[in-house]
Amino acid sequence: MGVSATAQPRVGLFVTCLVDFIRPTVGFAAVKLIEQAGCSVEVPRQACCGQPAFNSGDRATTREIAEQVIATFAPYDYVVAPSGSCAGMLKVHYPELFHGDPNWLPRAEAFAAKTHELISFLVDVRGVKRVDAAFAGSVTYHDSCSGLRELGVHAQPRALLASVRGLELAELRDADVCCGFGGTFCVKYPEISATIVGKKVANVAASGAGTLLAGDLGCLMNIAGKLQREGSQVRVRHVAEVLAGMADGASIGEKGEP
Amino acid sequence: MSEIVTSPAFKENARAALADVDLQQALKSVEVNFIAKRRASADKLPEFEALRDAARDIKDHTLAHLDLYLEAYEQRLTAAGGQIHYAVSAEEARAIILGICRKVDAKTVTKGKSMVGEEIAINAHLESHGITPVETDLGEYLIQIRGELPSHIIAPAVHLTKAQIEADFRRVHTHLPADRNLEEHTTLLAEARAVLRERFLAADVGITGANFLVAETGSSIIVTNEGNGDLSQTLPKIHIVLATIEKLVPTLEDASQILRVLARSATGQEMSVYTTISTGPRRPDDPDGPGEYHVVILDNGRSSMLGGDFQDMLRCIRCGACMNHCPVYHAVGGHAYGWVYPGPMGAVLTPSLIGVDKAGHLPNASTFCGRCEAVCPVRIPLPRMMRRWREREFERHLQPATMRYGLAVWAFLAKRPRLYALATSAAAFGLGWLGRAKGRFRSLPLAGGWTRHRDFPAPEQRTFQAQWRGRKRR
Ligand code: SF4
Repeated sequence: MGVSATAQPRVGLFVTCLVDFIRPTVGFAAVKLIEQAGCSVEVPRQACCGQPAFNSGDRATTREIAEQVIATFAPYDYVVAPSGSCAGMLKVHYPELFHGDPNWLPRAEAFAAKTHELISFLVDVRGVKRVDAAFAGSVTYHDSCSGLRELGVHAQPRALLASVRGLELAELRDADVCCGFGGTFCVKYPEISATIVGKKVANVAASGAGTLLAGDLGCLMNIAGKLQREGSQVRVRHVAEVLAGMADGASIGEKGEP
Repeated sequence: MSEIVTSPAFKENARAALADVDLQQALKSVEVNFIAKRRASADKLPEFEALRDAARDIKDHTLAHLDLYLEAYEQRLTAAGGQIHYAVSAEEARAIILGICRKVDAKTVTKGKSMVGEEIAINAHLESHGITPVETDLGEYLIQIRGELPSHIIAPAVHLTKAQIEADFRRVHTHLPADRNLEEHTTLLAEARAVLRERFLAADVGITGANFLVAETGSSIIVTNEGNGDLSQTLPKIHIVLATIEKLVPTLEDASQILRVLARSATGQEMSVYTTISTGPRRPDDPDGPGEYHVVILDNGRSSMLGGDFQDMLRCIRCGACMNHCPVYHAVGGHAYGWVYPGPMGAVLTPSLIGVDKAGHLPNASTFCGRCEAVCPVRIPLPRMMRRWREREFERHLQPATMRYGLAVWAFLAKRPRLYALATSAAAFGLGWLGRAKGRFRSLPLAGGWTRHRDFPAPEQRTFQAQWRGRKRR
C-alpha cells in the first residue's frame, strides 16, 4: 500500500462469513476480478454482516454489528461483497436500521451508496463488458432472491458469462424462484426448505447443464447439498469462480482442492 | 369457529401437508396457472406499475383520513336508506347479524364469498341458532360441505383435486342419480349451479362481503366471477354487507383505479366477470332489490394497526397474489397456516388479529425471498413486516430458548472479529480435516435440520482471512 497507490479506487472486500469459512476460493476469485477491473483490494478484519440477528428479530445486536462494519469500511472508496444477500443487507437494510437516527443514518447511507454486489460492481460501476476466462461445458444460472429483487442483479452475470470462451448457458426454468435456503429458515423449517430445494434441483436436472452457478454461497450450498444427496453429478460453483478462470478444482462439496 | 386456530401447530400442519398427495397435486395449479396469468396480463398493460403506485397512494390517503371518509360513507349510506352497524369484535358482529336475521325469522341465509365472514365464523354461529347458511360461491360451497376453512383468499377450495370434489358431491347430493357423469369440470359446475339455484330462491337474508365501500356515494362494491354475489343480494328480503374499515375508498373513480390492478393481480383477468355496486335498499321504482340494507363494519383489532408498524397491511385488497407467488405456500398450502388468512398476507395480518403468541410461526416461516412484495399491487412491504413481528417476538422472549442461546453465542463472536477469526479458523480446520476424504458430510452433529435432507460441504481447511493474511506476510 501507499507507494503503489495510483489513482486506483480502493475496494474493501466484504468477504462474507460463508465464503470466509466454507469456500475461500470464491474470495480469491473476487479479488482477481476486482483487480482486473482496475481497483486495489484490501480485506480489513471482519466477521459477519449481521443477517442472522436481523432476521431473528434482534435489532439491537444487528445495529451494533452494523456500526462496526460501517466503521471498518469507512476508509474505502467501495465495499464489494460476493453475495447478493449480504450486499443487500449492507446496501438496503443498514439504512433501514438507522431510520430516524441523525448520527448514524447519514453514515449508513453513505456506506450503502458505495457498497455493491460483486458482479453488478464489475458491470454497472466498473463498466466491465467481458472477462478473460474459458470454461468447457454447459452451465445454468440460479438468480438468488436478494440479489435479484433487492439489487436488480439479473442481466450482469449473464452478460459476463456470455464472454467466457467455450461456455454455454442453458437457462434454468423458474430461475427467479427461491431455492428454500433462507438463512436460518432452512434449519427452522427443514421439511419445507427441503421441498422447495427439491423443486429447484429438479429444474437444474431438467436444464441438462453440467454445472449450476449462482452468486450466493448460501443458495449454492443448499442446492449442491441437495443435488449430492440425490446422487446427481451436476457440479455447483459460485459464478465468480468461472468468471475469474478459477473453476478447475473441486466444486462445492466435491473432494479435492478447490 | 374463529376459535379454531391451529397456527401454533404450524410445523405439524406443514408436515402433514407435505405428506398429502392430493394436496400436493392440487397445489401445482397455483404454482403454474396464477403466476403465468398475472405475468401475461401485467405485461399487456404498459401503465401497470404506475397503477400499482396509484392504488397504494389511494389506500394510504384513505387510511390517513379514515375518520373523515367513514363519516362521509355513513352519511351517504343512511341517506340512501341503509343502516350501519359497528362491531368492535367478532362476537359483536355475530350478534348483530343474528339479530337482523331473527327479526325476519330467517330460516335460510345465502352468502356470497366473504373472508370477513370466515374471520367471524358466522356460519357456525347461525347454524347453532337454527339458521341454515348456504355458501353460493362454488369454492366456498365446497369447503362448507367439507367443514373446512378456505385455503386461499380468492380460491377457497384450491387445495382440492377434481376427484375429491366429485366424491364430495356424490356424498352430499344423494338425491341425484348415482350413475350421473361427474368427470368433467363442466358437469361438476352444472350440478353445483342446479343445487344452489334452489337455495337462492328460498333465502330470507343474503350476506355478502365487500371489496370496496365508497365514501362518495355510500355504495359497496363486490367483484365475483360467478355472479353469485348479485343473486345473494338482490333476491332475499334483507341484504347484509359484512365489511371492515380498510375497505373504504373516497370515490367511485378511486375504486375503479384499484379494480384495474385487482383482477390482474389475482387471476390475470382484466376485470372480474361481475362487478356489482349496491347502494341502500330497493327504491320505489327499482325492479328488484332487498327491502332492508344493512352494513356491518367490523374492527376486530384493525383500528389499533392504524398509525403503527403494521398500518401498511391495511392497504391489502385481498388479491391473493402474494400467496400465489410464495414458495412456502406452494409447498404447504393454506390450511397449514392454521386460521383464515394464509400466505404472506396472513403471516403479517394473522398475528395482528389473533396475537403473535398464537401466530408466531407464520412470520417466521418465510425465506424472505421477496417475491410477494414484488407482486403486491398495493406494494405492501410484506417481508419487512414479517421481520417486525420477529422483532416483537424477540422482545417478548417468545422464541425457543435453543435459538436465543445459539444467537447469543454467535452474536458474542460476531461483535469481536479477532475472536471470531480464531473460532472460525479452528472450526474450519477441524471440519475441513474431517471432511477431506469425501469433500462433504452426510450428517453433522447439531446440524440435523440441514443434513437430514442434504449434504454439507467440507470447508477448505483455512479460512479466507487466514489465507489472505498469510499471503500478505510473505
Ligand atoms: S398483501 Fe398484497 S398481494 Fe397479498 S393479498 Fe394483499 S394486496 Fe394482494
